[in-house]
Amino acid sequence: MGVLMRRNAIIIFMCVELMLNAVNLLMVAFSKMFNDPSSQIFVFFIMVVAAAEVAVGLAIIVMMYRKVHSVDINILNRLKH
Amino acid sequence: MDLFEAIFWFLTAMAIGSALGVILSRNPINSVLFLIATFFAISGHYILMNAQFLAIVNIIVYAGAIMVLFLFVIMLMNLNADVEPQKSRLVQFAGIISGGILFLLILAALRDMKAAGVIEKTATDIGLMKNLGKTLFQNYVFPFEISSVLFLSAMIGAMVIGKKETLVIDKN
Repeated sequence: MGVLMRRNAIIIFMCVELMLNAVNLLMVAFSKMFNDPSSQIFVFFIMVVAAAEVAVGLAIIVMMYRKVHSVDINILNRLKH
Repeated sequence: MDLFEAIFWFLTAMAIGSALGVILSRNPINSVLFLIATFFAISGHYILMNAQFLAIVNIIVYAGAIMVLFLFVIMLMNLNADVEPQKSRLVQFAGIISGGILFLLILAALRDMKAAGVIEKTATDIGLMKNLGKTLFQNYVFPFEISSVLFLSAMIGAMVIGKKETLVIDKN
């Protein structure tokens, strides 16, 4: 919902983080329910992937800000032309 | 277990409220602070579910590292004053409708589910670091190594993306 509603690229990233955390919480609940440690390992890997994604994504946002001095995602429409 | 339930509902309300704050607040700095509150609430849930290792990792990695990165980028861009132009009403409406449909779907799926008995509150120790480490290094060694390669490539990629731009600016 946040991804669809906002236009600030940083806030969109934060909403993606929120979604990943929702999945993490569900995974930990499953691990408690089925008494299985491997889903907590999956949570660990999701955290790893999220961290890598945030590093690359923020680098892209910084680069975009240096180019166009804005973090409005609609400006990226210009990539079409 | 009344205290347990009280803590659970408090953490749930805190997580949902601050997640809505992330989405709805105008100022990006406020969004980051709400997001940190959400992460602490989720870490509290992990502790309630006996996943101490993940709770600590969540606090250290998310609230420590990633949020500092977000705050750093926001302060670097000096964005906190401007008001972003909102999306058109149609797209906002579509976002609310799609989120609501997803919520209804989850609700409808959960309505038919019977509670499979109360999960025993015995202190399982699968969330402790010893057992998780055994599972990680016995069954999941290969994904672990792959993730280290992923981290290395992400780090190099971020540095390359940041560096090429400075070269362009120097040329100008």
